[in-house]
Amino acid sequence: MAVVVARPNLRWYEKLYLPNIAAGLAITFRHFTKMIFGRTKVTMQYPEEKWDAHLPDYYRGTPALVRDVSGRIRCVACQLCEFICPPRAIKITPGELPDGDKFKKVEKYPNEFDIDMIRCIYCGMCEEVCPEQAIYLRKDYAVTGFTREDMVHHKEKLLEIGGVMHGVVLKWNERK
Amino acid sequence: MIPPFLFWTFALLLLVFGAAVVLNRNPIASALSLVISFIALSALFMSLDAFFIGIMQVLVYAGAVMVLFLFIIMLLDLRAEERRKINVVATTGGALVALAFFAQLYLVIGQLRIASQPFAPLPPKTDDVRNVGALLFSNFNLPFQIIGVLVLVATVGVIVLSKRELR
Amino acid sequence: MDYAYIGISFAKIAGLLPVVLGIMNYSVYAERRISAFIQDRPGPNRVGPFGLLQPIADAAKFLLKEDFTPAHVNKFYYWLAPCLAMIPAILTLAVVPFGSTLFGVPMVIADINVGVLFVFAIASLGVYGIVIAGWSSNSKYPFLGGIRSSSQMLSYELALGLAVIPVFLVVGKLRLTEIVRYQIEHGWMIAPFAGDWANVGKWLLALPMLISFVVFTIAIFAETNRLPFDLPEAETELVGGYHTEYGSMKFGLFFLGEYIAMITGSAIIVTLFLGGWHLPVPSWHGGFHWALIDGSRGVLAGLFNIFIFFAKIAVLLFFFMWVRWSLPRFRYDQLMRLGWIWIFEIALVNIFLTAVILAFVKL
Repeated sequence: MAVVVARPNLRWYEKLYLPNIAAGLAITFRHFTKMIFGRTKVTMQYPEEKWDAHLPDYYRGTPALVRDVSGRIRCVACQLCEFICPPRAIKITPGELPDGDKFKKVEKYPNEFDIDMIRCIYCGMCEEVCPEQAIYLRKDYAVTGFTREDMVHHKEKLLEIGGVMHGVVLKWNERK
Repeated sequence: MIPPFLFWTFALLLLVFGAAVVLNRNPIASALSLVISFIALSALFMSLDAFFIGIMQVLVYAGAVMVLFLFIIMLLDLRAEERRKINVVATTGGALVALAFFAQLYLVIGQLRIASQPFAPLPPKTDDVRNVGALLFSNFNLPFQIIGVLVLVATVGVIVLSKRELR
Repeated sequence: MDYAYIGISFAKIAGLLPVVLGIMNYSVYAERRISAFIQDRPGPNRVGPFGLLQPIADAAKFLLKEDFTPAHVNKFYYWLAPCLAMIPAILTLAVVPFGSTLFGVPMVIADINVGVLFVFAIASLGVYGIVIAGWSSNSKYPFLGGIRSSSQMLSYELALGLAVIPVFLVVGKLRLTEIVRYQIEHGWMIAPFAGDWANVGKWLLALPMLISFVVFTIAIFAETNRLPFDLPEAETELVGGYHTEYGSMKFGLFFLGEYIAMITGSAIIVTLFLGGWHLPVPSWHGGFHWALIDGSRGVLAGLFNIFIFFAKIAVLLFFFMWVRWSLPRFRYDQLMRLGWIWIFEIALVNIFLTAVILAFVKL
């Protein structure tokens, strides 16, 4: 239904528009001078200023694999994260631990662990689902690359981002 | 005065683009050629120190009249002109008439006594704007006013006609 | 026609053109910075200190982009149009006195006795670039933009011409250097009473001069297609207007042509109403008076005059940009109404007003 809006009945000085134009110009000039004298807060100037120090603990950046205190990869290639991942960004090729490793008979091991960062949506489901607390969302957010291949994080890259996690859940070790 | 080569340059431009007005099949190209010939003509006026007439040539004809011409040509989008075949008989006839006219002009002007005499030099500091203005408002005041009224009548007439068409 | 005169003229052109082109480039930068400041943003500040090298980056971008010609355009006119948009704007500067004298040479390239008419004549040629661009692009939006532009420029040219007639009535000359000379002797056109405070007639004269100034400035806004009169390239309705089909440096020429037109427009306003290169300097040497600094006082003074001229232009350019980022665009019928019913009539009445004042009031 059409709504008829009544035209405002302007006085003669309002019809001149000049006072209002002057008022508008004054407003913009006020903004201009405020900006010149640095009294306006502006957007963070990204590469020079970063908010890394103010990131909250629950910030969800790039997913990464972590090692435990003894330096072993915590991931056991159970592939739960691969199944839960909504955009199917994770691809795991499970394998066996190298010969001579004493956990060879009890654990699997990820031969390859790729996360396609073009697909990743930073939802954190992989972190939530992981029974071994092996995958965590870190605080890195600047993921760049020139090609699609560059944007795939391989196992080495993931471990490098992840670092060492002093976790509560202990993996299968001598004491178990 | 300007060097002769400038005179010949502008005269040549004037003639070439004047011919292009007639010869071009595309109306837009014709109109633009006419603009260029106007500008060359104004350059010739200026070379005679007649700045006012030269400038008026550009201001009125090239700047205002031809813009309106162009405007109307574009709005009408005259494509038919490009497709029309050249009528050989009419073209030759027209060319002959034009040639005869030029021959006559040449003969008549050649016989005039003024043409063979050099012009009396103008006083060095002529303010042509002031002279034109003074002449218009003294010797030619009545014709000037009448022309003004005539133009006003034409303007009013155009407005009346266009208003009637709208209704 | 002596060769020294030609050489000096070439030297003046060679000196003026880089300055104007530099101002043009930096006015693009200034436009972006000022618009940003008005909108509480920092604006381009990446390239060089405070982003001051941004114009160079822009120029490099324009030049390195692919020079694409669409298949459906009318090739010859498509290529001709950007040049036609740029050239008249630069040509206008030929008659504007941009300084007093330098080494005894008057700082104006062509001091012709119909200076202002020359400006109008050349400015009226500027519409061709836009009309031809709109027509040769063979597409709807540019065509509409071209048509709007030509009718807008024709409408406002009248107001432009009528607005300066009061100035001529007062000065009695069309030569721009004479107008500047008059303003030096009798006070600037927007303040004709300056230096002669007790004269009532001059205070009366200030009113038509002020009206003239306002009308002329508005008409210049319309002639240069600046907001609030940028109907020919109204983005929201016409995509890009007459330059929709243009890219790379050909678009750049249109874009920079607009800024050159702004600079020349400001130069004309400065010359006609704001005293040209003149700036009165207070002097206490032998009692207080306003000293005139011009080229007769040495090279530095001559350069100072040129600087003053361009500083005045810069202030006007700031005003242009300030208005652009404050006011919304007019609707097309409003634009035509304003031009024909208000601005035109005000300019006309203003001429009579000036004539009456000049005839009956002793100045």
